[in-house]
Amino acid sequence: MGLSTSSVITLHVNGEKHTLPVDHRTTLLDALRERLDLTGTKKGCDQGQCGACTVLVDGRRTVACLQLAVAAEGREITTIEGVADGDRLHPVQQAFIDLDGYQCGYCTPGQICSAIGMLAEHAAGWPSAASGDIRPAVGPTPLTPEEIRERMSGNLCRCSAYTSIVEAVARAAEADASSAARVPEQSGEAAV
Amino acid sequence: MTTTAQEAAVRAVGTGHVRVEGRDKVTGAARYAGDIPFTELAYGWLVLSTVVRGRIRDIASGPVLEMPGVVAVLDHRNAPRLETDYVSLLGRPDPTCAVFQHDAVPHLGWPVALVVAQTPEQAREAAEALVVEYEPLPHDIEFTGDHPDSYPVDGHMPGVTDKGDQEAELAASAAVVDEEYTTPEEHHHPMEPHAATARWEDGRLEVVDSNQGATWVVGELANLFSLDPASIRVRSEHVGGGFGSKGVRAHQVAAVMAATVLQRPVRVALTRPQMFALAGHRSPTVQRVRLGADTEGRLRALDHRSVSRTSKVYEFVEASAGVARVMYDAAAHHTENRVVRRDVPSPTFMRGPGEAPGAFALESALDELAEKCGIDPIELRLRNEPDKGPVSGLPFATRNLRACFEEGARRFGWAQRDPRPGVRRDGRWLLGTGTAAASFPAGAAPSTAAITAEADGRFTVRIAATDIGTGARTALTLVAADALDVAPERVTVRIGDSEFGFAMIAGGSMGTRSWSMAVIAAARDLRERLVPGMAIPAEGITVRSDTTAQIAALANMERHSYGAQFAEAAVDPATGEVRVRRMLGIFAAGRIVNPLTARSQFTGGMTWGISMALHEEAVRDPAFGGPVGADLAGYHVATNADVPRIEADWVDDTDPDDPVGIKGIGEVAIVGAAAAIANAVWHATGVRHRSLPIRPSRVLTAGSDA
Repeated sequence: MGLSTSSVITLHVNGEKHTLPVDHRTTLLDALRERLDLTGTKKGCDQGQCGACTVLVDGRRTVACLQLAVAAEGREITTIEGVADGDRLHPVQQAFIDLDGYQCGYCTPGQICSAIGMLAEHAAGWPSAASGDIRPAVGPTPLTPEEIRERMSGNLCRCSAYTSIVEAVARAAEADASSAARVPEQSGEAAV
Repeated sequence: MTTTAQEAAVRAVGTGHVRVEGRDKVTGAARYAGDIPFTELAYGWLVLSTVVRGRIRDIASGPVLEMPGVVAVLDHRNAPRLETDYVSLLGRPDPTCAVFQHDAVPHLGWPVALVVAQTPEQAREAAEALVVEYEPLPHDIEFTGDHPDSYPVDGHMPGVTDKGDQEAELAASAAVVDEEYTTPEEHHHPMEPHAATARWEDGRLEVVDSNQGATWVVGELANLFSLDPASIRVRSEHVGGGFGSKGVRAHQVAAVMAATVLQRPVRVALTRPQMFALAGHRSPTVQRVRLGADTEGRLRALDHRSVSRTSKVYEFVEASAGVARVMYDAAAHHTENRVVRRDVPSPTFMRGPGEAPGAFALESALDELAEKCGIDPIELRLRNEPDKGPVSGLPFATRNLRACFEEGARRFGWAQRDPRPGVRRDGRWLLGTGTAAASFPAGAAPSTAAITAEADGRFTVRIAATDIGTGARTALTLVAADALDVAPERVTVRIGDSEFGFAMIAGGSMGTRSWSMAVIAAARDLRERLVPGMAIPAEGITVRSDTTAQIAALANMERHSYGAQFAEAAVDPATGEVRVRRMLGIFAAGRIVNPLTARSQFTGGMTWGISMALHEEAVRDPAFGGPVGADLAGYHVATNADVPRIEADWVDDTDPDDPVGIKGIGEVAIVGAAAAIANAVWHATGVRHRSLPIRPSRVLTAGSDA
């Protein structure tokens, strides 16, 4: 056939550029885990149903298992390894530790990336199914526990740490609204 | 260093501590089984049967071996031979894990081949391209409560217990409940799918695995492959949930086979859909409960019979009637656990095995009896508190169920409850509240541990414990700190490595209790060795413990955790939707080691109760033999929006005669939770739901036959 089944691509991950050949079938998830050794992003179902592989792509939460690596070329990808500021944890990470927003920890990277993306969505005025009156004149929707539950429902936690996850996200949002909604690295401008 | 006077004035046990591995878990640094890199790693992909029952006629491995990157196809014709005639920790092995030994297919999703390739993409495509020819045979997966082929089974408890004259006591009773309750097939689905990487190095087999007990897996692999256990090392430092499903399974065995044949590291991970066939599940149950009581609500007759389903290759009984042997006594007392063997995958232990479905039936029946007697459901239970084991006759080590109900009732506002059903409304919602009791055994099993006093003044604990999310590693750090009389910051606990010697698995709510005994014993001996002012050599001073004798010396008693579950449910009669609005669980579960993580485990278990009551149900199609929608979109587990405010707390449950006073808390919190919700749904609507889950279609059609 002569058609190539692989390409050399450049992925921008956590502020670093990685140039690598990839099989066209390779998902972003497998590229991160198997090729770049960024195994913090977890494979829970590999079919977009559990949220364990959630990463931020151009600031938006994305399930990496449903994204082909070749389609992620040139986009700013942030994984759990890239959300802390050096040794200083992101407020969402710290709140997950302090309030025990996890048990086995396997869904945790996805929960944290999802929470960071969600807080940015909320800050940008995006409504959810739990939002009440969403007319612009009414102003921003308060980040109630119901809002957090609804907006975090794409991330399954079989240990069922949900109540603590909601508390952790709320604390991170309260503690420092600006920094909790901060999308790490250089990708914040694309969050809206 | 030299030892000094010990400094820890404040006890670590009993105060909240964040998880010692917390930073690793929130930064992605924690490496789970599929996360550890190996050079020359090859990827195995299991091929599962597409017929329910039959024989393999041919496997066309030739064309697949020509595909890019494919290095091997293993099947029953070329795979290493396994030994399955042995008995280990949990009995005989489930033959489902003994892959590729014959051409028979006993259920849908039976492993028929492993395709190994250089990359996961190549392995997956080749596995999907592999043509397997079958000679299909007729199958039968039909499961009913009155199936003529059912028979009683002694599992981890006797199949049948019986005393008194049921019919006479029922005839003499002022109030009788006689109902059938059903629970569906349920699946564990830990967030981390089962994964293992196997490799041979310097004549030793190393397996990095996701399991609930590293030394347990060593023993199974040694038996299956006829190897010296000392030649196998299994590591599982971080495990992404287990809930009973993570023992020896097809993926580890296939990985070891491939690593043996290819002499290179091979990783095999189950896909989420494959887990429906290969990870075990909770059998559906059909339970009949008959209760007879006098006018005061005191039980005269208790008859609890459960039928569950197992595979044709493995006998596992979901011992749902066992809970009645602990909870309530009656002059006539009969319990029975039966199974029916069908052409389905093998079930296994799943969080609260027996107790979870059993308490749904029994605690629902108690609620029905309370209604018939006109007695408050809590009062009814307290009037039936036994003073000794109803079947065993043994004394209870502790039984603080009454305190759970009293504290729970106070905090839930139970005294203000109007017992009448179907009279509260909030807009379109009918509201109700319900309660149920919980119990789970508090066992312990022999374990070993080692503690080293390091030259730098720190202490290192080594124990083949597993933290599947329970917080065990942090709990053991606190237990060791107190036992050594030092601050927890000076203690490092290493777990998940079979090199540390035998230890109990993370199962049966026995892990932390069993491991704590070993850690405390080692710490006690180490402190005797350490004289103030003595010099610690560079290699440290290490002391080992083995609790086999201590466990054997434990007095034979009824040892259990207890709990009182409370739920408020809202039911929309127009759509059939049920929402849990709040839950409260009060538990008597021994000494709570780490309140922060213990609360998580309790609320997690209660959330499993919501999931069990309202969502979880694998519907197996009789024609194609598998669950419909075998993935996390088709099999619903509770998600964040399903879970309201849940509170869990505990009462004092001190047992001065117990060597550690710690009980397991992983399972008791699911027990009774579904019954409390179902009882709340009755209180909201006036209609009983005796089949789980209480899905909208059942709410909408209920009452037509009630």
